[in-house]
Amino acid sequence: MLEYAWIIPVIPTVSFVLILFFGKRMPRQGSEIGIAALGASFVLSCVAVVQWIQHVDDATSEHGLGALRSLGKSLFLAESGAYAAVGPVVSTVEWFKIGAVEVAVGTQIDGLAVMMLFVVTIISLLVHVYSTAYMHGDVRYTYFYAALSLFTASMLTLVVAPTTLQLLVGWELVGLCSFMLIGHWWEEGANTNAAMKAFLTTRTGDVGLMIGVIVTFFAAGQTFDIVHINTVALEGVGGHTIWVVGASCLMLGIIGKSGQFPLHTWLPDAMAGPTPVSALIHAATMVVAGVYLGARLYGVFWQGFSIGDGGVNFMALVGGITILIGAALAFVQDDIKKVLAYSTISQLGYMVMGLGVGAWVGAVFHLFTHAFFKALLFLGAGSVSYSASHHSFDMREDMGGLRKYMPITFWTFLIGSFALAGIFPLAGFWSKDEVLATAGQGNYEIFMVVGLVGAFLTAAYMTRCVWLTFFGEYRGHGHPHESPRAITVPLIVLAGFSMVAGLANATALGIEKFVEYVEPHGEGFPEVFTPDFDLGLVALSNAIVVIAIGIGLFFWLDRRELRGLKGLTERSGAAKAGHTFLVNKYYLDHLYEQGIVGGIKGPIARASYWVNQRVIDGVVNAVGKGATAFGRVVYRYVDQDVVDGAVNGIAHETDQAGGLLRYVQSGRVQRYALMLFAAVGLLAVALVIFS
Amino acid sequence: MIAQNVTFWILAAAMVLAAIGVVRSQNVVHAALYLVVVLAGSAAQFILLAAEFVAWVQVLIYIGAVIILFLFGIMLTRAPMRSDTDLDNDQRWPAAVVSLFLLGVLSTLLIQAFGDKEIDISGGHGAELLAQGRAGSLAESIFAAYVVPFELVSMLLLAALVGAVVIARRD
Amino acid sequence: MVLNQFLVLAAALFCIGIYGVLARRNGVLVLMSVELMLNAVNLNLIAFSAYLREVSGQVFALFVITIAAAEVGVGLAIVLLIYRNLHSPDLDRVDELKG
Repeated sequence: MLEYAWIIPVIPTVSFVLILFFGKRMPRQGSEIGIAALGASFVLSCVAVVQWIQHVDDATSEHGLGALRSLGKSLFLAESGAYAAVGPVVSTVEWFKIGAVEVAVGTQIDGLAVMMLFVVTIISLLVHVYSTAYMHGDVRYTYFYAALSLFTASMLTLVVAPTTLQLLVGWELVGLCSFMLIGHWWEEGANTNAAMKAFLTTRTGDVGLMIGVIVTFFAAGQTFDIVHINTVALEGVGGHTIWVVGASCLMLGIIGKSGQFPLHTWLPDAMAGPTPVSALIHAATMVVAGVYLGARLYGVFWQGFSIGDGGVNFMALVGGITILIGAALAFVQDDIKKVLAYSTISQLGYMVMGLGVGAWVGAVFHLFTHAFFKALLFLGAGSVSYSASHHSFDMREDMGGLRKYMPITFWTFLIGSFALAGIFPLAGFWSKDEVLATAGQGNYEIFMVVGLVGAFLTAAYMTRCVWLTFFGEYRGHGHPHESPRAITVPLIVLAGFSMVAGLANATALGIEKFVEYVEPHGEGFPEVFTPDFDLGLVALSNAIVVIAIGIGLFFWLDRRELRGLKGLTERSGAAKAGHTFLVNKYYLDHLYEQGIVGGIKGPIARASYWVNQRVIDGVVNAVGKGATAFGRVVYRYVDQDVVDGAVNGIAHETDQAGGLLRYVQSGRVQRYALMLFAAVGLLAVALVIFS
Repeated sequence: MIAQNVTFWILAAAMVLAAIGVVRSQNVVHAALYLVVVLAGSAAQFILLAAEFVAWVQVLIYIGAVIILFLFGIMLTRAPMRSDTDLDNDQRWPAAVVSLFLLGVLSTLLIQAFGDKEIDISGGHGAELLAQGRAGSLAESIFAAYVVPFELVSMLLLAALVGAVVIARRD
Repeated sequence: MVLNQFLVLAAALFCIGIYGVLARRNGVLVLMSVELMLNAVNLNLIAFSAYLREVSGQVFALFVITIAAAEVGVGLAIVLLIYRNLHSPDLDRVDELKG
C-alpha cells in the first residue's frame, strides 16, 4: 500500500470530476459520491497507517539482527535514541525534465505523511457527512460537495509531496479551494470580500514561499527533492546565510497560510464560509498546511534559524506573539465562530512556536490533537446555529441555556473545550504539555512562560464561550432542539478522538508512538530533543487552567448578562482602552487598509501634487518672471533702440513656424512613424559619418 | 554553389516583387495572397540556410495560421474587395522616399561591414549545418538554455489570447 | 553563398515593410506590412545562425514567429475595435490626438 499511496489523493480528485459532471443527476445530488470517495480514502489511509507501523517495526527488528532493509535507504541507529532510521517510502514518476533537472511527481510516505493522511481523510469524511444535514437544500449543494472533494484532494496532494514543487501545487490549490468555499454564499458582498481577503492575504505569504522554494532549489544544488534539501540544509552546504534567506522566505509562507501574526487577519473573516468549511479549514486543511510545511522542511528551518542553539529565533517569536494576541482577541468576540477562529490562530501559534523551539514532535502532535477538538468545536458551533439560533452565531443575542435543549451538542462541545484548554487527560493536554516541556528543557524557557500564559487565556475564553452559549437563559427567538443524527454522529466521533487522541504520545505513561513512528530518525532530520516527563510542569499547567476556568466562571457565572465584563470596561479607563484596542483587532486591519493601501495612494498623490504645485509651478513661475524681467530689459535697451521692424519680422517668423509645426501634431500615428523612420535613417548616417 | 545561388536569386526576386505587391496592391485579398508568396519564399530561404525546422514552423504558423487570421480580419472589417485607390493614404511619396533612403543606408552599412564573407557549406560543414537545424538540436537548446524565455513566451501567448478576446469582445 | 545576399534581401523586405506601414491606410494592410518587417528580421537571424554556426539564432527566430502570431491576434482585435467604433478600418481616421 505504501508504494501505491498515490491512490489516496486521486480518489477525491476523481470524485470532484464526477460530482461536477454527474452530481446533479444523482439521487442525493452528488453528496453520496463525495462521502463514498472520502470513505475509501479514509480506509486506505488507515491501511497506510497500519502498514507504516509494521514497516517501522520490521525495520527495527531487522536492525536488531543487523540486517539492512532494502528500499535503497540506509538504516542506522539514530544517534539520539534507540530508534532505527527508516527512510520514507518514495514512489515517483517523472513529471518533466529541464536539462539536467528532473522533476518528479509521486508520493513520499513517512510517519508525518501517514499521520496527515489519517487526519485529513477522517476530518474531511466527517465534514462530508455533517454537511448532508447542514447544507441541506442549499442552492449550490452539488457544487459545494465538488469543492470539498477538490479541497481534500489538494491537501492530500500537498501532504504526500516528495518535491517542493508538488507541495507548491497542492498549496496553491488549497488556497484556491478555500477561496471558493469561503465565498460559497457569494450573493452577500461581505462573503465575497472575506474570500478575496483570505485569498490575497495568503497570496502575500505565498510570494515568500515561492521565493523560498527557488532559493532552496538553488541552495541544494538544483533539486526540488525534499529529503535532499533537508539533508543538504543540515550539512549547511553553501553557507549559513543562504539557508537563513531560504528559511525566512518559507516562513513568510507559513505566516500567510497558518494565520500567524501579522497576517492572521484573514482567518476570522474566513468565518463567512459555511461552518463545515470552517471546520475543515481550521482543523485539517489550509491553515495546517503552513505548519506542515514547517515540519516537512524542518532541516531548512533548523539550519536557517539555528533552532538547536536556544535563545530567541524568528519562528518561535512569531509563534509566541501569535499565541498571545490570538488568545487575547478571542475574549472580545461575540460571534462564537470568531472566538474559535482566534482560538485557532492562537493554537497554530503553539505549533509554530513548537517548531521554532525544537519541539518537532510536540508541534506535530499538537497539530494532530488540535485537528480533532477544533473540528469538534466548529461542528458543535454549527450544530448550535443550525438547530437553535436560525443560522446566527451571536452568542449574546441568540444563544444561552442550550444545555437543556441540545445535550449531545453540549457535552461534545464541553469535551472539545476542555481538550482545547488542556485539561488532563484529554487530547490537548498531552500535546500542549509536550510543546511546553520541550521549550522548557531546551533553553527556551521564555517561550514556555508564553505558552503557559496562552494556556491560561485559552481556558478563560473557552469558559466564557461555553458559558454564554450553553448556560444561563435562552436569549434567542427560536425553538431550540437537538440536531439531526448526521450532525450529532460526527460530533460524537470527534469527541471520542478528542478524549483519546492524546494517548498516542502520552509521555507520562511511557507511550511515545509519535517519537517512534512519526518522527523521522535519520537523513535530513535534525536530532531533535525529546523532553523528559515533568510532573511539576504538568501540575502547573493544569493548575493554571483550573484557575483560569475558575476566574472565567467568577466573571460570568453570577453576572447573568456579562455584567462583569461590561462593568469592568465602564469602571476602569485602562480596561476600556484595552477592550477597544482588542475589539479593533489591534487596528491591524486599519493599518492594512488605511496605512498601507491609503499610505501608498495618499502620499504618492500628495507628493505628485506637491511636485506639481511647487516644482513645476515654481519652474514655470520662475521662467515667467525671468522672462518678464528680461523682456523689460530688452524693451528698454534693445527694442527701443534696435529696429522695430526686425522684432516684428521675428514675431512673424515665429508665428509662421508655429503654424507649420502645428501640422506635425496631426494625431495620425503613421505621420509620426514617418518622422520616426526618417529620423532613424538620418541619425544612422550621422553616426556613420561622425564615428 | 551555383545551384544554391541561382535558387537564391530566383527566390529573392520573387520575394521582393511579391513584397512590393503586398504594399502596392489595391485589393486587400490580393495583398494577403502576395504575403503568402513572400512568407513561402522566406521558408524556402530558411531551407537553403539549412534551418529545416524553422522553415516548417514558418509554413505552419505563418502561412497556415497568420494568413487565415488576416483573411478573417479582412472579412470582419468588410474591407472593400474591389479595386480602388482608397487603400493608401496621402503620404505615399514621403513614405517611398524614407524607405528607399533607409534601404540605401542599410545596404551600404551591410556591404561595408560584411563585405563578401561566405557562409561555409563546403564538405562536412554543410552536414554540420544541417544537423544544427534539426528539431532535436533546437529542442535541446530551447528546453535547456532557453527554457525560461520559452515559458515566458507561453505566458505571453496566453496574455495575448485573453487580451485579444477582451479587446474584441462586444459588450 | 555570401552572407550579404541574405542580409541585403532582408533589408529590402524590411524597407518595403516600412513603406507599407507608412503608406497604407487600411489597418489590416498595415499589420501585413509589419509581418513583412518581422519576417525580414527572421531571415537575418537565420542567416547569422548559419554563418556563426550557432543554434540560438534559430531559437530566437522561433520566438519571433510566436510573438508575431500573438501580435497579429492583438493587432487584429484592435483593428476590429477601431472598425466597430469608427465604422471604417482606416487608421487616418484615428486622429483624436490631433494638436
